[in-house]
Amino acid sequence: MSTFLSYALPGIPFGCTYAIVAMGLVLTYRTTGVFNFGFGAQAFVSAYLYTVLTENGVPVGLACVLSVLVLAPVLGGVLDRFLFRRIAPTNTTAKVVSAVAVSVALPELVNLVFGSATRFAPPTLFLDPGRVYLHVGATPVNGLELETVLVSAGVVVVLSALLGASRLGLTIRAAVESPRLLELEGIRADRVLLAAWMGSSVMAGLAGVLLAPQYPTLQSNDYAVLLVAALAAAALGNLADIPLALVGGIVLGVVEGLAAGYFSPTSVWHTGLLPAIPFLLLALLLVGRRKMRALEENEDPLAGCDPPPPPSITLTRSHELDRVIKVGGRILAVAAVLSVLTWVPGDWGFALTAGLVYSIIFLSITLITGLGGEVSLCQATFAGVGAFAAAQLAVHQGLPILLGAVVGAVVAAGVGAIGALPALRLRGLPLALLTLALALLADNAVFPYSWAGGPPVGLVVPRPVIGSLNLATTSTKGFFVLVLVVLVLCAAGVKLVQRSTVGLYLEALRASPVGAESLGINPSVAKVLVFALSAGLAGLGGALYASLQQTVTPADFNYELSLVFVVVVVTTGVRTIEGAIQAGIGFTVLQQLLSYLPGRWGSGGIAIVLFAFGALTYAAHPEGVVEYEKRVWTERAERLLRRDQPPHDGLVIATSTVGALEHPGADDG
Amino acid sequence: MTALELESITAAYGPYRAIDDISLAVGRGEVVALVGPNGAGKSTVARVCAGLVRPVSGRLRVGGRDLTGAAPWRIARARLASVPEGRGVFARLSVLENLELSFGRWLGPKAVREALEETFARFPILAERRHQRAGTLSGGQQRILSLAKVLADQPDVVVADELSLGLSPAAVDDLYQQLGALHDRGIALLVIEQRVDRVLKLADRAVVLDRGSVRFDGPPSQATQPLEAVLGGGSSARPAADPPSSPGA
Repeated sequence: MSTFLSYALPGIPFGCTYAIVAMGLVLTYRTTGVFNFGFGAQAFVSAYLYTVLTENGVPVGLACVLSVLVLAPVLGGVLDRFLFRRIAPTNTTAKVVSAVAVSVALPELVNLVFGSATRFAPPTLFLDPGRVYLHVGATPVNGLELETVLVSAGVVVVLSALLGASRLGLTIRAAVESPRLLELEGIRADRVLLAAWMGSSVMAGLAGVLLAPQYPTLQSNDYAVLLVAALAAAALGNLADIPLALVGGIVLGVVEGLAAGYFSPTSVWHTGLLPAIPFLLLALLLVGRRKMRALEENEDPLAGCDPPPPPSITLTRSHELDRVIKVGGRILAVAAVLSVLTWVPGDWGFALTAGLVYSIIFLSITLITGLGGEVSLCQATFAGVGAFAAAQLAVHQGLPILLGAVVGAVVAAGVGAIGALPALRLRGLPLALLTLALALLADNAVFPYSWAGGPPVGLVVPRPVIGSLNLATTSTKGFFVLVLVVLVLCAAGVKLVQRSTVGLYLEALRASPVGAESLGINPSVAKVLVFALSAGLAGLGGALYASLQQTVTPADFNYELSLVFVVVVVTTGVRTIEGAIQAGIGFTVLQQLLSYLPGRWGSGGIAIVLFAFGALTYAAHPEGVVEYEKRVWTERAERLLRRDQPPHDGLVIATSTVGALEHPGADDG
Repeated sequence: MTALELESITAAYGPYRAIDDISLAVGRGEVVALVGPNGAGKSTVARVCAGLVRPVSGRLRVGGRDLTGAAPWRIARARLASVPEGRGVFARLSVLENLELSFGRWLGPKAVREALEETFARFPILAERRHQRAGTLSGGQQRILSLAKVLADQPDVVVADELSLGLSPAAVDDLYQQLGALHDRGIALLVIEQRVDRVLKLADRAVVLDRGSVRFDGPPSQATQPLEAVLGGGSSARPAADPPSSPGA
């Protein structure tokens, strides 16, 4: 019994750190309707300010007030005002993408502004971390642990009281469901949501400052990892119940403590199962619990007030302009290819080749998000599966890397299909969370093994040899051509899928799942197919990426990369093939350009920040900001072309135009 | 002075124009019926009145105050109560919570309790289901709830969009009794309906809308003929012109 206690008890304060973040997640989700992937990043920002202030001799109390009660609400207010307020409450994809963009951008922004110098753990808030305050049984409890437990208890009391207070809680819940309906009652929904964001941001700041002393150095990644572990605890309370989230966090901490104690450190359980516990639990809860599956399943009763989304500009622009753009685009593409093969220096050639490889991976997002309408946060994981399969086969079996890439794509497609099976019952936010759990499961429990991700130093991956042509010796030019051919084939494949019956089925399923099923469309088959195809594409791209880099390490395809991928593709346009290619090339070209900048500005972080800012426009322009700009410029060009014709105010009388909504824009001009 | 006035209002959803240069006024205590076929722009008129859709041009006045382009909450505070089309209730709140939310905005705790009792006496079905989530009510019950939410406070004007849609004949009778009671309290009403027989009996004036424009504005007794003209010539001859999910419907 005393062994049991000595294993279980340290799990409680550890679980309380999960619980604090979990309660913050529940608070944000309940009061703003957004599942806040950026919560960890917000916590990091406050912790950073707190650390910098205390380093510079500011008293702990003042530093805490400045970072938790001043900076955090301001940050929350800014996020609300400039981002989340613009998103319709039923637009799950936009909410997920925007929150992911926040989580990616904030830490990079902090690094850019303050530099990435190591910051050491700041002092604790009120108790001495080293001192043992009391013993439970024979187990000592130090100040850090006691403080965490005390604050968690305080938070659960305060939050339950606040949300339980009938009028405030009621108003917030109503605002989350439909701000516009609440405004019809004469209540300012924007103020309610602003307050909710500021409040939940204070909670994030508190979590950040409280947890910072627990880590030897301050790193944003620690908060991100904590966030996903806390997710499982929050899921235990269905993302709705704050006391249950506390219980969930403690249970998780205790289970981990017991597992760490009872399994021998060298056993497969210890190395494999232990790090996977939170993500397995999360996956099980998402699939098994009706209430988790039903997250976000609501409709805004006033959705009819919104204008219908505009059609893609490539479909509606005039023929002359269409021809000019298409011919111009082809000339530009040919010129670019010729340039790479002739005068472009080696590092730029490499960057452009990498851009084409990324384009292949990004096409997988065009399939799953653009066509399938679902956000997947594990595309980098699928790329990793393809890369590791190809690399392992090449290293250990001597399989040619191109063949290995195909095998890798097939393996990734298989993994995607299997992963799609539990996902069949899920849509929207729960599905995005499940893919995140899968990505973390792979990161923590699969890729670290040498049979999977290879040794920590990495696997050496060969370049392809085609007949007598060794692409390793002819710089990257040969490889560039190879990747270009593969990309064209993949793009053609995606186009085929888009135009095929399956593509139509997916369009139908996205527009109205019930309507599509009543037509006899089996959503399961279409969903498994699109998952498998998308995973296969990502796997192929991953294998090519490994071969381009000529080495691949287990950490090359972590979950953060998946988040960055989504953010990048959404910025340029997730619905079109051009969008994916522009995303791939834009991503690497931007990084290459920025590498000329001095110091930390050239680190590539700024590229991520720029793309994240682009993704933040997703709320206003769901078709992608690049696609949006294309529309604006095309319309300008068309106006110029048509200056001699009578002016047209651009309005169509919907009610008198037969089928105007079925063929939007058909009457335009 | 008028309770509600639309002056040359044009409104659109993106590039799709739904109503075109509409002028319409509801006097204090007056009941105006707004009728017309599917896709005539009736709901858009209601949304413009509530502030949910900003007009492209024209002016909106509530109680004589110019509220063109104002946010919905500002218009609600100008004592215009609006019952939107479809289910205008918070699906994830219980019936009781929906009512408490509305009543608590205008009334103190004691008055809220009284208003709740009154509401439950008036609509027994809501009392029966008070702890049920509003989203699980039938369509007709949700309509009753959204009307009940409006009744407790003392608005100057109520805009009700397709209140009787999906209701049983008995429920429609009930509803029109409630509307009549509002009329007796001196509250101005803009009632939007497709079932014209009932609303024309209640109304002081009728406005016929077709394809985004006013076709008739006058006494209800004379509205039948222009109405038949737009219904007969307008929609039944071209049923394809009315996409069921048209946002301008």
